[in-house]
Amino acid sequence: MSSELEIIKDPGVPAHIHRQADLDPKAEQKAERQVAILFALSSVGTLLFIYSYTFLSEDLFIFFPILGTTNAKQLFLGLGLAFALFFIGAGAIHWAKTLMPDEEVIAMRHEMRSEDEDRRELIKTAKQGAAAAALGRRSLIKRSLGLSLGLVGLSPLLLLRDLGPLPGKKLETTSWKTGTRLVTDPGDRPIKPSDLEVGAVAQVLPAIKEGGHRALSDIGKDAVLLIRLRQEEFQLDPERLEMTYQGIIAFSKICSHMGCAVALYEQTTKHLLCPCHQSTFDVTRAAKVIFGPSARPLPQLAITVDDEGYLVAQSPFNEPVGPSYWERNSQ
Amino acid sequence: MKYLSRYRRHRAAAPILLLFALFAIGTTFSVASATTTPEQSEFSRSTAIEEGREIFLKGCSSCHGLNLEGSAIAPSLLGVGAASVDFQVGTGRMPVADLSVQIMRKPPVYDEKEVAALAVYVASLAPGPEIPTDASLNYERDGSTAEGGELFRTNCAMCHNFAAQGGALTQGKYAPTLMGVEAKYIAEAMTTGPQSMPVFSDKTLTPEEKLSIIKWVKAVEAEPALGGASLGRVGPVTEGLLVWTLGIGLLIGVAVWLAMKAR
Amino acid sequence: MTARERVAGTVANYVDERTGAAKWMKKNLNKVFPDHWSFLLGEIALYSFIILLLSGTFLTFWFDPSQREVVYEGSYEPLNGIEMSAAYASTLHISFEVRGGLLMRQIHHWAALLFMVAIVVHLLRVYFTGAFRKPREFNWIIGVGLLTLGIVEGFLGYSLPDDLLSGTGVRIAQAIIQALPVVGSYLSFFAFGGEFPGEAFIPRIYTVHVLLLPGIFLALITVHLMLVWYQKHTQYPGPGRTEKNVVGYPLFPVYMAKAGGFFFIVFGVTAFLSAVASINPVWLYGPYTPGQVSAGSQPDWYMGWLDGLVRMAPPIETHAFGHTISWNILIPGLIIPGIMFTGLALYPFIESWISGDKREHHILDRPRNVPNRTALGAMALTFTIVALLNGGNDIIATTFNLTINQMMWFSRIGILVLPPIAFVVTKRLCLSLQRADRDLVLHGRETGTLMRMPSGEFVEIHEPISAEKAWTLTQHEQPVPLELEDTDARGVRRPGAIKNKLRNRMSRAHAVAVPKVSAQDLKEIEHH
Repeated sequence: MSSELEIIKDPGVPAHIHRQADLDPKAEQKAERQVAILFALSSVGTLLFIYSYTFLSEDLFIFFPILGTTNAKQLFLGLGLAFALFFIGAGAIHWAKTLMPDEEVIAMRHEMRSEDEDRRELIKTAKQGAAAAALGRRSLIKRSLGLSLGLVGLSPLLLLRDLGPLPGKKLETTSWKTGTRLVTDPGDRPIKPSDLEVGAVAQVLPAIKEGGHRALSDIGKDAVLLIRLRQEEFQLDPERLEMTYQGIIAFSKICSHMGCAVALYEQTTKHLLCPCHQSTFDVTRAAKVIFGPSARPLPQLAITVDDEGYLVAQSPFNEPVGPSYWERNSQ
Repeated sequence: MKYLSRYRRHRAAAPILLLFALFAIGTTFSVASATTTPEQSEFSRSTAIEEGREIFLKGCSSCHGLNLEGSAIAPSLLGVGAASVDFQVGTGRMPVADLSVQIMRKPPVYDEKEVAALAVYVASLAPGPEIPTDASLNYERDGSTAEGGELFRTNCAMCHNFAAQGGALTQGKYAPTLMGVEAKYIAEAMTTGPQSMPVFSDKTLTPEEKLSIIKWVKAVEAEPALGGASLGRVGPVTEGLLVWTLGIGLLIGVAVWLAMKAR
Repeated sequence: MTARERVAGTVANYVDERTGAAKWMKKNLNKVFPDHWSFLLGEIALYSFIILLLSGTFLTFWFDPSQREVVYEGSYEPLNGIEMSAAYASTLHISFEVRGGLLMRQIHHWAALLFMVAIVVHLLRVYFTGAFRKPREFNWIIGVGLLTLGIVEGFLGYSLPDDLLSGTGVRIAQAIIQALPVVGSYLSFFAFGGEFPGEAFIPRIYTVHVLLLPGIFLALITVHLMLVWYQKHTQYPGPGRTEKNVVGYPLFPVYMAKAGGFFFIVFGVTAFLSAVASINPVWLYGPYTPGQVSAGSQPDWYMGWLDGLVRMAPPIETHAFGHTISWNILIPGLIIPGIMFTGLALYPFIESWISGDKREHHILDRPRNVPNRTALGAMALTFTIVALLNGGNDIIATTFNLTINQMMWFSRIGILVLPPIAFVVTKRLCLSLQRADRDLVLHGRETGTLMRMPSGEFVEIHEPISAEKAWTLTQHEQPVPLELEDTDARGVRRPGAIKNKLRNRMSRAHAVAVPKVSAQDLKEIEHH
């Protein structure tokens, strides 16, 4: 870099310009008053906070433009606290700006690296220490130490083993068995095919024993959506068609992508949409993915009716429901 | 209405009630003066059918066919029932103004009497879901808010959002907001499944359950802002927008003031 | 000596005799801090963190981190009699029965959003001004670590109330864990104590959220600040500012009053937001159950870009030999964020490798003077913004009458096309700004006054700029590209020749600049 480039010189830190408060005692007093007023406003805020906490009823609602009708206690507690804090800050900053010294100060920097002599001494010390411990020679000690340090790290890892059980077959199974009745969620009422008009949907779960209780982890696999179409609207292969009953088709509601509940059914297009990542499934084609990130159709539940005419599962799901995982055989 | 009764003794209760009462009286008057309901004047059924037929032939048959059989651009109306007619025509969705992605609510073309006549006519040709009676829609008296909320979250929230504000469907369709929608129309929408919306049969979602859903929707609609401006009740998107504008904006503003030299 | 001075003296003497603090204090009370609004962005993050500690501690007094099922019997009528977890019920209790509880919940949540905003804005300031250069690379890495931890910590906090929205978020996080090849389902079963959602997750993440991560945060923030202290703050270029000095105000009293005051301002603004704007109204979401979901389920904004990436991912899974690999989850959920954060953390080293610059820097760059870096930043930012927009595509679609399908395709194409465009545009913009600077130095400021020449033509009068301004515009170095030979002195090819060639090319691209004003230029001007 040639020196002729450096033709514009650093003029140095500009001369300090005095503030009004530095020169005029009146301005100084004015600034002092302003700071005091700001601090006083903070106290008013605290008083508002105390008043709201103690005296305002929880049931008082007031109308404010933009906010709408809002809870007065919550609003004034918050505003009280906000004022109390904000004006302490505003006062302190105004004080610093107007009355504290505002002449810029110059401090020098030093390079981060240590002095050469310090470095040399460090190296010497380190070498001496290492030599004294004879780290270089005692390879038996070094190796066994390395081994034990490596091994000791296993214990905490092993201790985490009991965080949970092994998956086993749990991801592949649901509560649906052959003959399990489909009941409404919520309500637990069994459903007859005639209960569903064409275009109707129903959120269903497998029936449980009287007084039984469903764990959320079961609902997370069992939730099913029933949809009734006109029989002729299906474009299914015979095997899939066999799994439907009089135009009623049942899909797992747990998205094959990331497990959200897919239940946005559009009656006109016969599409199911997942609200989380917008995977779109075509009901008429066995929930084939037609848009979005999901790579697999929703598992279909085979249904039929029992002796009393209620809808039941023909068989359990023939594939795992929900998001993919390594052990899943998706072929 | 235990929820509201908490505010009963409140200082502002009297003026608010007064306002409510005035509003209610005004509304009743305007509604009452605008219509002489069919029940009142006790139309003979056949007159209504005849009147409905005339309206249908003039305003609807060009798309839905002379005998309700439908056409390429409009569905058959056989078996849709009075409820469907009341919903579609009463909310102004029918007759349709433009065939865009979705038919939207707009001021109705026909008055209440004409809508009623149309409904009777369509229902007379093939029976279908009936218009729910006022007595069956008394959500202030019957139903359970909490149960309604549970049902809403299972059956409705995925399209209409957790607070019934509406949401997006595919290809530009959307589930409309339920705020300000009359109880009757919510009930009719559930039984008839208009446009993209599926049908919720009375057997899988009983009339009592439907009423509870309406009760919950109305409770959410009436719920004042408990924690300040509601930001549209659409979740974290608007919250993020506010923190990136007002939140950091205010703080940067103060920071600029802080670092500015005083004069 | 007044009585007050005597007391202060006694106390100071007592402390110093036991700690020897006087020497250190003497030096550090005069510590100089340069004043600029953009140096306060990191402070916003720091103060938000303190607010989070305070408000979070308050919330723990009532929050019950348990997924035990209870029946709600509180004052919020629309949920009465509903089965829910104790965590959700206690969140409702804090919101409705604890006076000021809702305010504190909102303060905690707004402060969390603000914390992440401030971290990102602070990061952008540090990046675009080149403050990460030697000797501050360690602090840059710590900062990237804090950003990453902040995202995790925020997500865990969002998950704790166990409402329908947060449960949906946890479900998605579980799907990401489960999608990991080989170990996924095992890790998921360990994390959740069995099947999702189980009853173990909330108590576990509670400990992580209130103890483990805040502890790590405190440690990292302490080191971050100590390094700032020890290395002294960077400063913007200007008259009197050199690589060897730092110009500003002394810690005591000016900076202490300003920084201390600013803490109260940040707290006050957070309280104000919490007073006027509702955040995470959990009572409307309802308790979590896997069979329910709400339209427009989104994470908080700092996760929104991740969700947006997941939404736009192509539907690809590999099914082979009885195993499944979900690329549609792994690529947007782990691989791309992994690349982004690794690249971010390594950037200081990459840039110094390209430019060959191994010197210390304490004077900040004006972003226009390093076009390549600025353009790269704009590119990364564009990528993230497109992803973030797609994370809210349903809300955007319904608000602006678009379709989610259009939004998705816009994002899928935009995320590939827009970042390179942003790069090119920003680089050109930087160069034109450099040119404008050069013109300003050479020809002065346009005054807007016209003068008629004897020839009849009009010219605008230019006024020379001040010496201070001229210095600020010209103090930067003219970058010199690396010229690594691919053969040595004897003409033998060196190993790594291709690497050197690549490095040369990148270095040349990095050093693109408008020539600075030279003496020649000035002479030419005088002739006019």
